[in-house]
This record gives sequence, C-alpha cells and structure tokens, in this order.
Amino acid sequence: MENVVVELSRLQFALTALYHFQFVPLTLGLTFMIASIETVYVITGKIVYRDMAKFWGKLFLINFAIGVATGLTMEFEFGTNWSLFSHSVGDIFGTPLALEGMMAFFMESTFIGLMVFGWDRLSRGAHLAITFLVALGSNLSALWILIANGWMQHPVGAKFNPDMMRFEMTDFAAVVFNPKAQAEFVHTTIAGYVAAAMLVLGISAFYLLSNRHRSFALRSFRMAAIFGVLSSAAVITLGDASGRADFATQEPKVAAMEGIWEDTTPPAARWDIVSWPNQAEMKNEFSVGLPYVLTPLITHTMDTPIKGLRTIVEENKARVDSGIDAALSLKKYSQTRDPADLVAYRANESDLGFGLLATEFAPDFDLSNITPDNRQQIINETAKASIPDVWVSFYAFRIMVGLGFFFFVLFSFAAYYSLTCKLESRRWVLHLAMWSIPLPVMATLYGWITAEVGRQPWTVYEQLPTFISPSNHSVSYMVFSLAGFVLIYSSFIAIELYLMFKFARKGPMIEGSPEPISAGAGAPTGASANESWK
Amino acid sequence: MEIYLFLKLAWFALLGILLIALAVMVGMDMGVGALLRFVGKTDAERRSALNMIGPHWDGNQVWFVLGGGAIFAAFPTLYATAFSTFYVVMMLLLFSMILRPLAFEYRSKLESVRWRDSWDWMFLISGAVPMIVFGAAMGNVLQGVAFRFEWTAQYILEQSFLWYLLNPFALMAGFLSLCLALQQGAAMLMIRGEQPVYGRARTYGSTAGLIAAVLFAIGGVWVSFMHGFTISGTVDGGVASSPMNGPAVEMRVGAWLDNYRSYPILWAVPAIGLISMVLAALSLRMNRSVLGWWLNAVAWAGTIGSVGVSMFPFMMPSTINPSQSLTVWNATASELTLGWMLVAALVFVPTIICYTSWAFAVMGGKRQISDMETLTEEDEAY
Repeated sequence: MENVVVELSRLQFALTALYHFQFVPLTLGLTFMIASIETVYVITGKIVYRDMAKFWGKLFLINFAIGVATGLTMEFEFGTNWSLFSHSVGDIFGTPLALEGMMAFFMESTFIGLMVFGWDRLSRGAHLAITFLVALGSNLSALWILIANGWMQHPVGAKFNPDMMRFEMTDFAAVVFNPKAQAEFVHTTIAGYVAAAMLVLGISAFYLLSNRHRSFALRSFRMAAIFGVLSSAAVITLGDASGRADFATQEPKVAAMEGIWEDTTPPAARWDIVSWPNQAEMKNEFSVGLPYVLTPLITHTMDTPIKGLRTIVEENKARVDSGIDAALSLKKYSQTRDPADLVAYRANESDLGFGLLATEFAPDFDLSNITPDNRQQIINETAKASIPDVWVSFYAFRIMVGLGFFFFVLFSFAAYYSLTCKLESRRWVLHLAMWSIPLPVMATLYGWITAEVGRQPWTVYEQLPTFISPSNHSVSYMVFSLAGFVLIYSSFIAIELYLMFKFARKGPMIEGSPEPISAGAGAPTGASANESWK
Repeated sequence: MEIYLFLKLAWFALLGILLIALAVMVGMDMGVGALLRFVGKTDAERRSALNMIGPHWDGNQVWFVLGGGAIFAAFPTLYATAFSTFYVVMMLLLFSMILRPLAFEYRSKLESVRWRDSWDWMFLISGAVPMIVFGAAMGNVLQGVAFRFEWTAQYILEQSFLWYLLNPFALMAGFLSLCLALQQGAAMLMIRGEQPVYGRARTYGSTAGLIAAVLFAIGGVWVSFMHGFTISGTVDGGVASSPMNGPAVEMRVGAWLDNYRSYPILWAVPAIGLISMVLAALSLRMNRSVLGWWLNAVAWAGTIGSVGVSMFPFMMPSTINPSQSLTVWNATASELTLGWMLVAALVFVPTIICYTSWAFAVMGGKRQISDMETLTEEDEAY
C-alpha cells in the first residue's frame, strides 16, 4: 500500500466524518428539547409552546437533512475506502451498525415524517409520543454507533481467526456493554445536548437583543439555560469518567493528551496548560502548568504513577519483535495450512497487531523482507510510531476541556439572570450567548479529534494498524472522490448556513392569539402582554 | 440441518428481502423524484407530487442504510470487496444520494424560480443515477468481477473501471431497474395525486412497465448465453470457510441456468417477475393504481429473486480466480454474529413494517394541487 493512498483515505474519512459530526450533536439535543417543549404544550395547552416546538422543529429539520445525507457517506466509506478493515472486523463492527439501522434510525426517520406533517392528523398525545420516539431514536442511534466506535477503541468480546483472516465475535454482551463504549456514549450525547441548548439560548438571545418575539424568546431562553446548566455540568463529570476509561484501557492516548513523556513519580505530577511537544526527540521543549494537579485528575489518587510515552515505546519494542514473528508465521500458514505454522503463530498471536504495524517500515511494505540486519532498526521505528501524535492530542483535548468549562459558566450566569428576571439588563450575557452558538459544535469536533487521533496508529486499538486498513485504490480514484466531496460538501454548508440564518432571523410564526405572559416568563420592565408580542 | 448452514441460508434469503424492500420503497421515492419534472408542469403540481412521498422518503431511505449495514455485518467480505471494487460507481451513487435529502428539505424554502428549478434537476439526478447504479451492480455481479485476494484478505482488482461501469449488460440491467422505479413512483403519484399529475403518471408508469418487461426478457435470453459459474469442488456449508481457499469453480456458458435445470419449479420466479411487470402496466392503465403498486412490488421481487436463483450460491464470482469467488458459504459472518443478527431481524423487521404501514395510513389521501398554491413558508410542506 502506498503511503499517499493511506493518507488520502484518512484525510477523506476525517473530512467526511468531521463534516457529518457538525450536525449530529445538534440533532441529539434538539429532539429532546423539542419533546420537552411539546410536553409543556400538551400539559398546559398554551399555543405559544406549540409554536415554539414547531419553530425549533424547523431549524432541527434543516439540520437533520444534512446529517442524514452525510451519514450515508460514513456508512459506505467503510466498504469503499477501508476494505481490509471491513473484511477484518465486519463480524463485530458491522453488527452495531446494522442494529442501529433496525432499532433506531428506522424509528427516528419514519416518525420524523409524522412529527412534521402529522400535527393535524394526530391527537396531541399521539403527536407527543411520536416526538419522543424521534428523540429516543436519534439517541439510540448514537448509542449503537458509539458501541461500534468504542469497540475500535477497546476491542473486547472478539478474537482473531487465522483460518478466516478476520476478527470474529466471541461475546455479544461484551461488545454491547463495553465500558469504553458506554463512557463515550454518555459523554458524546450529553455534549450534543449542550450544543442544542446553546443554539436555542443564542437564537433566543438574538431576539431579546433585537427586541422581537419577547415572550417566545424569554421562555425559550430560560428552558435552554436550565437545560444547559444541567447538561454542561454532566458533560464535565462524564468527560472525567471517559478519561478514566481511557486511562484504564488506552494509556498511550492519555499520555499523549497530557504530553507525558517520562513516567510520573509520587508525589503528584504537574498538569501542563501549555507546552511545546517535540515528537522526534520525545520530550517537551517547554511547558507551563499547575503543580500537583495531573495525578489526581487522571487517577483520582495522589500517588499512582502514570506511564510516560518513552516507557510505552520501550515496552512496545518487545511486542513488535514477537509480532513480526506472529505475522510471518501467519502468512506462512495462510499458504501452507500446515498445523506446525499455526502453532508457531499461536505462540505470539497476542502481538500480531504490532507485527502488522511494522509493515509500514519493512522494505517494499513486505514483512518477508526483514533480515537480521535491518530487524532492530525496523523494530525501533515501528515502536516509535506506535504512539499517537502528541501535539494534536494535547491541544485538541485542551480546547475541548476549556470550552466545556466555559459553557458551564455561561449557562450558570444565563440561568441565574433568567430566573431572577434580570436578563434584559445583563446584555453581555445575551451577546455572549449569541456569539457562542458555534462553540459547542467546535468542542465536540475537538473531542472527536482527541478520541480518534489518540487511537492512532490503529484502526482497531493494538490489533489492526491504520496503515494496512484502506482499500488499495489508485491515487487518481482518491483525488476524484475527495474532490467530489469537497465540492458537494462546501456548497451544502453554504446553503445550510444561509437557510439556518434566514429562518432564525425571521423568527417564529405566532399562530395563537396573544396571551398574558405568566409571571414565570420574567418581564423586568413590566411590559404588558401585548407589547411583548411586537 | 446444521445450525450454521441454516443461518447462512436464512441470511441469503434475508438479504434478498432487504434488497427487494430497498428497491420498492427507495425506488418509489426515486421514481417520483425522476418523474417530478415531467408529471408536474407548474410549481404547485410539483409540490403536490413531492408532498405525496414527503412524510415517508426519510423512513424509506433507511432500507438503503439497513441494506448496507446488513451486508456489512452478515457478509463482511462481500461488503469489503464489492463496495471497493465498484469504487467509482459507488461514489457516483453516494454523491447523487446525498443530493436527495437536501433537495427535499431545501427546494421549497425559497421562492426563487431558478432555485426551485435547480433542485428539481437534483431530484432527477438523485432519482435516476442511484437506480441505474443499483441495477448495473446486479448486472455486474452476474458477469463476475476480475478480483482476487492477497494473503491478508486484501482484494486486488484487475479490471478497468470503465468496463464495469459501461458494459452493455450492466447498462441494460441499470435501465431495467430505473424503469421499475419509475413505474413504482408513478403508481404512488396516481394513488395520492389528482389530475393532471395523475394522468401524466399513468402514461409514464404504464410505458415504463412495458419497457421493463421487454428489457427483462432480453436480459433472460442474454444470461443464457453468458459465462456462468458452478462449484465443481466439494463444499460443506455447515462449517466456516474462507474465500481465500475456496473450492474449485467452473466457468462456462449457460451455467447460470443450472439451478433451473435441477429444479424446474424455479422458472416460476422469473415468470412471476415478467408477468407482474406487464400486469402492473395494465393495472395502471386501467386506473387500478393500488393494485399496480403491489404488482410492481411483486415484479421487483421476481427480478431480484431471478438474480438470486440464477446465481445461488454465488454472490460475487471472480473471473480471474474463480475459486476465490464469494459465495453464500464463504462470505458470511461467524455463526454467533449471524445468530444474533437473525434474532434482531426477526424482532425488528416486522415491527418496522407495522409502523411504516401505520405511517402510510395516517398520511393517506389525495394531495390537492390547489392547496399547494396557497402555501406559505411557514406551512409544513416540501
């Protein structure tokens, strides 16, 4: 496999996945917000809540359409661009994808039609039930997708079968209840709730700033602020849990995220806020941090040592060494089917992935070309490449975490001023809320980068290297598809943003007759109901 | 019967059911999309057509997603090999499929005539291209693809992409599939449409059905003169086997008719396909649109069933190393995966069919073209 094809395949997948993932988090959260608003409508019977549900539903749909369209790409790319990956892990990885379609995506997509078009054809209760099914469907979708992704991060319940040359499922329950997948699921979906809360908060703030749709905007703002405080607090707590799951299963990822090269020793190590990692020499050029923070942050103790990347690389050398033997005897077995070769393979099978990782550094990308003369050098290069890119992991992680805390603070102020009815005299909160609309989406993208770059150089952690996973396309095929995606996706994002802005600016259409604002809506100026509908 | 053998056969049958459901439901939407510019001359007429499938296209499209997911899980090697050897066409399929959700959601959001006209062309592309590719893919697997495997199970393709994109048989299969989709879409336009959309759909639908019948008949004759494949070595379907060291396979003219020779009852499958295409066309002509819709669904079942019956147990034969052909016996997932997936499918597929039917019932009835003329941006309509 040529390096350039591998890099182009990775680039295409990263671009299409990041693009898709701009729209999904909003979907996850908005459905639940809409369902909550509609619940209030069904209970109180106030038309303003139905208008709210319809208005946010419209923005949701513009966003949902592009999420669906770009989601198709993701599913098909596994087959079209990652054929060895698909063959090798389809037995496990394909199952959650198929279940997602059967259990979740079907439900969401079928009922979304009724949710939009069924207002006049269904009773209030039935429509509310439909809205909840859509919300449930989108969140179940996320669950199954993250079970698939979690398996790539922490492959459990599966075993490599040398006769079939693939991984096979041995324990379905272990795949579904993978602790890594569950930690990822809650963290990621709650991040989606934060994104949705910020969208509603920001657009409501925009109406309040321009003094339009006051009653509508005050209600939406308060709902979003409360939703946001809860979800951003949860996202921070669950992020900590997700980090702990990483520490238990993927030490190199944690070490890269924190830029730890040397093992930490008691007492607690320093947490670097800024640093300049030098991957080639395996050290930080400089760093600035807080003393005694890192160890309790990661381990929840003061003295547990954390492995540095230098130690991990040293330890991996032995695994590469035996992995090369495993891969060579596996190749021999695939040609001879001789039980003796199978026995030789079995002796080192747990390190097979590390042997395959050496393919990238073997002459002509063929392990058979490893000789006693070049072996040690290849082992050293492979081991050095067995850890993630520290620079990207370190900063992507910090941006995500920084934004997460910022959201919590912003939502707290928003909720406090909204509940004390001082909102409209605290215009900085409104401005900040409006300009923060895109930030949660950015935070989730950086979270995705942290998780996926942190898994490199593996598609399936320590089992299947990224380098050998793609389809062996020609460079021209890859250029063709990449150009197509860039062209189509960039026009779409322009259109999508244009429409989101257009309908957000235009605001909700108020169908119901004006009604008095309840005290809860908080009108500090004491404006009469009619005035606030201007 | 050994459990693994049973699971393999069950999943081959389920794959057929999924492909038929995909062809009927997605094909219907694509047919409507491709016909949009022709059945509707005014904006209101086109919007009435779009809103007939408006509440359902999204749910219908999941058959396509599920088809992909089920092949991935149940036939991982087929998924890996077919999707990447057909790379260029798969990308064309994807690009055109991506246009569709956006065309639905965005078309009527702005008043501009040029805006709406451009999206109507997108509907045409995103309806016609995927159906042609779907048929062409079937046409290509019938002819075999020039692939083989390396020891790592990575495929090697020794064929120019132009050949599998543009060979005459594949194109014919592509047009057959497009015609069936047009007929399905036309039937839906008749069920929920009023004049003049109704009348135009009736003309296009019945014509497309007759063309499909002719193409299907020609295809049948063509297949009997084509190189087919048969397994000449021994296979044990009840054990795990890999395509890397498959049994001996023989390639000869007319081999695709072997299954019919062994079991003449199987001739019923293509016969049902052909007859229902003609009957569907006649029903539409006689204004029996619901009957026509169902007959068209049967025609799809007959067509896809014929491919399955002719090729069984092959799924993707290799022309350069026939013994590495992908078959029902060697391209399936492990026993445990097939078992869990079968349990899930038995629970969820009937559930899906139930709530889909309910959704169609709730949203039933004719779409009035006059309603479309008074729509504002705030109305829930495409």
